[in-house]
Amino acid sequence: MSTNLSDTERGQDDKQQTSSLASAASAGGRAGDKIFSGLSLGAGIVIFVMLAAVAAFLTWQAAPVVGIPASSVTGGNGFFSYVYPLVLGTLMAAVIALLIATPIGILVALYISHYAPAKVAKPVGYVIDLLAAIPSVVYGAWGMTVLSPALAPFYNWLSETFGFIPLFAGPASATGRTMMTAGVVLAIMILPIITSLCREIFIQTPQLHEEASLALGATRLEMIRQAVLPFARTGIISAIMLALGRALGETMAVALVLSTGGLQWSLLTSGNNTIAAEIALNYPEAFGNRLAELIAAGLMLFIITLIVNLIARTIIARYQEFSGAN
Amino acid sequence: MSTNTLQSSTSPARKNTLTSGQRPKWLVPVVMVGAVIVGAALSALLGFNIALWAIFAAVIFLIAAPIAVTVIEGGRKGSDAALTYVVYAAFILAVIPLISVIWTVLARGLPTMSVEFLTETMGGITGMVDQRAADSGEHPPGGALQAVLGTVIVTFWATLFSVPIGLLTAIYLVEYSNDNWLGKIITFLVDVMTGVPSIVAGLFASALFGLMLGPNTRMGIIGAIALTVLMIPTVVKATEEMLKIVPNELREASYALGVRKWRTILKVVIPTSISGIASGVTLAIARVIGETAPLLVTVGYFERVNLNAFNDWMATLPTFIYQQLMRPVAPTAPDPSTDRAWGAALILIVFVMLLNLIARLIARAFAPKTGR
Repeated sequence: MSTNLSDTERGQDDKQQTSSLASAASAGGRAGDKIFSGLSLGAGIVIFVMLAAVAAFLTWQAAPVVGIPASSVTGGNGFFSYVYPLVLGTLMAAVIALLIATPIGILVALYISHYAPAKVAKPVGYVIDLLAAIPSVVYGAWGMTVLSPALAPFYNWLSETFGFIPLFAGPASATGRTMMTAGVVLAIMILPIITSLCREIFIQTPQLHEEASLALGATRLEMIRQAVLPFARTGIISAIMLALGRALGETMAVALVLSTGGLQWSLLTSGNNTIAAEIALNYPEAFGNRLAELIAAGLMLFIITLIVNLIARTIIARYQEFSGAN
Repeated sequence: MSTNTLQSSTSPARKNTLTSGQRPKWLVPVVMVGAVIVGAALSALLGFNIALWAIFAAVIFLIAAPIAVTVIEGGRKGSDAALTYVVYAAFILAVIPLISVIWTVLARGLPTMSVEFLTETMGGITGMVDQRAADSGEHPPGGALQAVLGTVIVTFWATLFSVPIGLLTAIYLVEYSNDNWLGKIITFLVDVMTGVPSIVAGLFASALFGLMLGPNTRMGIIGAIALTVLMIPTVVKATEEMLKIVPNELREASYALGVRKWRTILKVVIPTSISGIASGVTLAIARVIGETAPLLVTVGYFERVNLNAFNDWMATLPTFIYQQLMRPVAPTAPDPSTDRAWGAALILIVFVMLLNLIARLIARAFAPKTGR
């Protein structure tokens, strides 16, 4: 079809060389326009189909879980009691990661946007982006072989001193491969997301607001509280939500770092597991019912991250309408 | 000291009235040195180690310095100083893991690096061979050639699938949609796609091919499909940004000459933004090249070279690292396996950093002038 068109186009060009440019373009062009706009529309629809397919195939393959008798599900008590410790573990890891990464991420973003001299700010931005570029499996390997042993003595001390708090109940793991370490590794991985998103927003703060505040005698802290933070509040929340979405779905850090086990309240002993790590650890050898279970767990993870991301996107969309920056 | 300056402010030296009530310049360095010394003493009490020392010194400084400033300059300046020091501390805290990761990869990966490691596979490397190598302490046998080739092949296919789709979608969004409902839905879906966890993308590809070819099918191409799901949104976003900054005047000038829209896009818009698109695509490749989880469930792991993406299991660098760490060849002597894992991690990091560097070079060399 398209070769045909270009042939006729070329023929016409040969015949009437001078005045033909417009007509040749329109002869080949009208169809070309249609093809091209059709192609690009088609690509957009492929994305729609792909996402629908993700949901559909996961649901399809997970469906057998409904029919499996409770006793033959892993754990022997039905799918729900199999999956809820995993959901809780996933949330636990993500919450630890957020608690650590949110304050540090926001402060680093402040450093880049308001504290570092202009010459330093740009390279620092690159460095933080480098953090994001390191593959997750390398973080996992690092967490497993470097961070875990380094944190083990600290966990020991923590469980001896604060052991009365259930979260820090001992005896602490000797290898340090615990939920806490997994959370710390996750925190390092989501830090660049929070930092780069917050930085974008902090930079957009209207300069007149900042200068007005400083002119009235505010210190830098007061200026940030009066001008920057109110402007950026919604943006910070959406950055945290996006980072949460990433932390929930991150697999390798947890799969490599954590020595997995049943649900535990203590963060300092081995045990606990997340959905993503459970899938990665067991899927390669799974078949039959086990396969359906794991895919069903994956579907739950998909839904959870979808909801978190939808909330974040809604906040961002609302924020963009009112933002003074555009 | 401070009373001294206050009294002398009545004297003719005008400088003193301007600086009265301000902290002397030596204050912060002195507090810093004090914090380091006290930190050393405290950590010595608990059994000395450098990490403990650094933590104590930092905490003491972060508490003492704002207090000192508060005493001299008042509470407002004190809390301002507190935030300043906390911001700097947070930055240092964020850089430590980066340095540690890169240092670990270099320190443990470089000794493994050799011509054999890059040109040999794991074929024929049994637990016995590893055990012997561990006992004699020699260079770990075997290599990661199959993983390097596998990574290149899978990433190539993923790029081949996702770049045309991503590029055309971005063109639709910027050039054709005019912000209609379909454009809004596609933008929304691309955002949703950005948030799909990588393991879910892997499960999807695995489930899809599982239905067609039977469960537990493993092929390079399945992994490529999974990576495509992860890569498309990155390509769309990067391309969209770049197409948006092409000045409208260029398009209008082209239309005014009677050029069709599709030719305008191909001959004017895309050439103008090609550098940004190329660097965006390179960054997208850098992002998916390190993905592990989706490959683990779709491609599997193989000890020898398999160049055919449409048949049989394949090794890739991320799964190679995972495999060597979690299932060492010789469970009783895991050291050679761990060494190989770090060697592969070094190769992977070099790949990622090179891609990032290339992306920056492309973007810088051909950056379109925005007119500002």
